[in-house]
Amino acid sequence: MRITADRERCASAGMCALTAPGVFDQDDEDGRVVVLNGEPVGGDAADAVDLCPSGALSAADG
Amino acid sequence: MGALSPPTVLGAAVTSLETAAAEDLPDGMPYHRETRHDPPAALLALQDQPLRRMRYYPDGAEGWLVTGHAAARAVLSDPRFIVGERFVRSPTELPHFFVSSSEHVPPGFFFFYDPPDHTRLRRKVTGVFTLNRMRALSARIADIVDERVAALRDAGSGADLVREFALPVPSLVICEMLGVPYADRDDFQRTSNDIFDQSLPVAKRNEASMELFGYVHGLVPAKRAAPGDDLLSTLAADADLTDDEVGGIGMILLLGGHETTANMFGLGTLALLEHPGQLARLRAEPGLMEGAVEELLRYLTVAHAGMMRIVKEDAEIDGRLLRAGEYVTVAPHAVNRDPSRFDRPDELDLGRDAQGHMAFGHGVHQCVGQQLARVEMRIGFAKLLEAFPGLRLAVPPEEVPLRTDMFIYGVDSLPVAW
Repeated sequence: MRITADRERCASAGMCALTAPGVFDQDDEDGRVVVLNGEPVGGDAADAVDLCPSGALSAADG
Repeated sequence: MGALSPPTVLGAAVTSLETAAAEDLPDGMPYHRETRHDPPAALLALQDQPLRRMRYYPDGAEGWLVTGHAAARAVLSDPRFIVGERFVRSPTELPHFFVSSSEHVPPGFFFFYDPPDHTRLRRKVTGVFTLNRMRALSARIADIVDERVAALRDAGSGADLVREFALPVPSLVICEMLGVPYADRDDFQRTSNDIFDQSLPVAKRNEASMELFGYVHGLVPAKRAAPGDDLLSTLAADADLTDDEVGGIGMILLLGGHETTANMFGLGTLALLEHPGQLARLRAEPGLMEGAVEELLRYLTVAHAGMMRIVKEDAEIDGRLLRAGEYVTVAPHAVNRDPSRFDRPDELDLGRDAQGHMAFGHGVHQCVGQQLARVEMRIGFAKLLEAFPGLRLAVPPEEVPLRTDMFIYGVDSLPVAW
């Protein structure tokens, strides 16, 4: 799966880093999403995309 | 969702359906909880339609009520639903301070604003609530929890868990984060309580709102003159923010930072004690704690006043046409009991996957302090259970005073023994 993050849309809720900590982190400055691994394998990353409250994350096959 | 029907055809169909059912519209969002842990029965009875018309009071205007999880997600994550003037038609009576209109939008109350103003204000504080910051803060939170566990023990069997533990823990934590003197707690806890008390006259609640705003606002000049290592000092030093905005941001963080978690501790402890099988399971498997906190959040949903939005442009949700200018309220406690999202939703099951619950809301306004609340609850419940292996209620459960009329639900006191 390939992950993209829209940092303009991000609301810094931290749901992605909570749900898939190896895949996402938060910026120290204002808590916005930082993608650590843009091509993760496994369900946590998909859950994180689904739980993102602002719709800032998307996942594509491949 | 499939292809959209032509709007005119859909609109006509919806209109005729609404006219036929007009007399059955619920009056506002049912508010009164009949049992200690469940949403109002009258609200759950409306779950047969995840999105339905309702009559807003006090003015009789019609709008929409959302009780279904999928519809709630759709509404709360869609920029066509805004908060701009949301409390002009609240389904419950609110202090004027929370009733935004052109002259009333309280400065700094970022949950009243839509992007881009919302984004600008919210990002002033999000950096201090990240998971990494919460990890760094957890040793300090553990110390505070230890102190309050000791205070509860010192108060002796029969002590009030709310007074000794549930209210002090989050109050101490948010005071330290903001740089608000804990010594002032009697005043800010009283005003917070009055603001959220639906049984008080609105005039009294307005007064309490102004008093709390004035209190936080009054701290700002000193924070600017002699900054500390706290959020109010950081905000006071920010040239992009007015003193009114700093006062408003500080006020909502102080309110949101102690009322909500305090009520989760009080009501959550009651729920655990009333589900001895679940409690025994959690004691035997401490590794369940993270999921248990999510399940308690889902099951109890103490912030139950409803999330209100206004339709900015016509939008189709769940096959219904919501028209520009209409009002929508999402009932998070009903959404968290939606059987199409959660199996056996009315059961407290600490082992379940409660991910996706809406106790913190959804969309860009999702609770800014949620990671703090999680850490406080994980540490707080773990240490409470560890310190008191024989924790039990000191009164029959039906005698526990419930905060039925409160904007944030919970218990007023919880006498416990061990």
